[in-house]
Amino acid sequence: MKTALGRIYLTLVLIFLYAPIATLMILSFNSSKSRAHWGGFTLDWYLGLFSNEEIMDAFRTTIFLAFLSALIATVLGTAACTGMQFMKRRDRSIIMGITNIPMLNADIVTGVSLMLLFLAARVSMGFTTVLFSHITFNIPYVILSVMPRYRELNRSTYEAALDLGAEPLYAFFTVVLPDLMGAILSGFLMSFTMSLDDFIITHFTQGPGFDTLSTKIYSEVKKGINPEIYALSTIMFLVVLLLLFFVNYKPWVKKPAGKIIVTTKTQVVVTSGKGGS
Amino acid sequence: MQLQNNKLIDLQHITKSFDGNMVLDDLCLYIRENEFLTLLGPSGCGKTTTLRIIGGFETPDKGQVLFEGRDISDLPPNKREVNTVFQKYALFPHMTIAENIAFGLKIRKKSASYIKDKIKYALKLVNLDGFENRMPDSLSGGQQQRIAIARAIVNEPKILLLDEPLGALDLKLRQDMQYELIRLKNELGITFIYVTHDQEEALTMSDTIVVMNQGYIQQIGTPESIYNEPENAFVADFIGDSNIIEGIMIKDELVEILGAKFVCVDKGFGENNPVDVVIRPEDIDLLKPEEGTIDGIVTDTIFKGVHYEMCVMARGFEFVVHSTDYFPVDTRVGIRVDPFDIQIMHKPESEDEKAVEIDE
Repeated sequence: MKTALGRIYLTLVLIFLYAPIATLMILSFNSSKSRAHWGGFTLDWYLGLFSNEEIMDAFRTTIFLAFLSALIATVLGTAACTGMQFMKRRDRSIIMGITNIPMLNADIVTGVSLMLLFLAARVSMGFTTVLFSHITFNIPYVILSVMPRYRELNRSTYEAALDLGAEPLYAFFTVVLPDLMGAILSGFLMSFTMSLDDFIITHFTQGPGFDTLSTKIYSEVKKGINPEIYALSTIMFLVVLLLLFFVNYKPWVKKPAGKIIVTTKTQVVVTSGKGGS
Repeated sequence: MQLQNNKLIDLQHITKSFDGNMVLDDLCLYIRENEFLTLLGPSGCGKTTTLRIIGGFETPDKGQVLFEGRDISDLPPNKREVNTVFQKYALFPHMTIAENIAFGLKIRKKSASYIKDKIKYALKLVNLDGFENRMPDSLSGGQQQRIAIARAIVNEPKILLLDEPLGALDLKLRQDMQYELIRLKNELGITFIYVTHDQEEALTMSDTIVVMNQGYIQQIGTPESIYNEPENAFVADFIGDSNIIEGIMIKDELVEILGAKFVCVDKGFGENNPVDVVIRPEDIDLLKPEEGTIDGIVTDTIFKGVHYEMCVMARGFEFVVHSTDYFPVDTRVGIRVDPFDIQIMHKPESEDEKAVEIDE
């Protein structure tokens, strides 16, 4: 009885969560433009998507933006964690608190305040401003991923390297960094996902003529719904799903690629403040 | 005092505090060439900090570290001719055993054939031949610790620093490793500075033991002198079990304990001066009542394997006694101690000395 109720409850939850997305996916294969009836299976919308130059342009921008912002955020975030390791406990928790704020802050507030900042500084909106914004909100995710690994790292391996004659930088790159690689990769992928995913902050900091996929979808929807958008949304959903899978299951942890063996069970908790976008 | 050129490391008036907590207070200590010196004390006594200052991982607030007469206080760890074996082994997990051992040699730009020979030699020395291509994860704790030692000694340091290297191992392995370490030291002929809180480890391996507490050196001496002639109550209590009783030195070679007069062998404590008296549990002989110096009643008996551990209440003081003879609880016994088994110690006088009395 109890299990039966449990199953019904679980089913309801799953339907509630995934039915909208399933609907979207089904409609992306519907040959009829109507949302009300099934006109037969087609891949036309997907084909149309790939020949739509504007969308493909937004796609390339999105990938480039996500890659570049994630890369820069990963470097900065890892450097920040390294610095924090040498801080006193109290200072470190203060800095951790501060870096967590952008993650918990409502996107719309972050977006509007970034926009106001750029306006005040008279920076013309465009790729650069969006890139800066994405780096800003990506850094906390890198820190969130790298910091716990740093904590459980055997601090004395770094000292052992110094002891054996290594210069501090050499010791960091040969001993500390390989140990952090798994967590850094997770941080990078998470940042990449967050950047792909973002709409609100991009919307407020983009300039004319600049579009990512999500802002493109938004402006298309305003004009009138085109099933190509369903196809595009389906692809985006699957890509993000795939990335999250990689972030959480870290297939590179178990299977050593080359000689890098990272043995950690640290799970990165995805506290997604960006679920709504 | 030793000759100046015999001192390999000379710590002069080292003071160090962390966040306002004084960890080392005006510590002076020198280590001779080829010595096995152990820093022994309870946690927080400053022994690890002392080792880290020698290794270069901490800089003293005041004072100097001299290495063969040169001041190396400001030299970073990678420039010092010492190598450390860390408590948690600190092997590099993503490198093979061979790569771990070669780490220091590669930095010193040694030739490939030299490195290969050295790895082979070091693995043989720690009895782990053929482990070159294993990963640290696949080794047991004892094996990892041997590799950590091998990795340190291939660099031919003048001094090997060991920070509680056996702390994480089980008892049997720890005892085996103690013999290994003594053998290694004799084969290599280098100076060992060893940190531990385990008094048995210290007594087994060391040439010299430095007993520390709360940032002060309590006593420096050979294992025998530390055990047999502790200079104060802390050392007596920390090294082995002991009965520490307040007494009065009547005159040379005669001390009054618990109202009875005991003949001893110590001199020079003045007349009618209060002193602390140390009697080791194994040095107390239990006899029939009236046959000993004082009488007592057995209040507790535990079988310990080699001997019985008994508590004997006599004139308000509870003696701990180790004996192979069995006396049941409530037996009336006589207590006798041979004169040379009575160790007289000065009572602490200054504030500093008081501060370092027993706290466990």
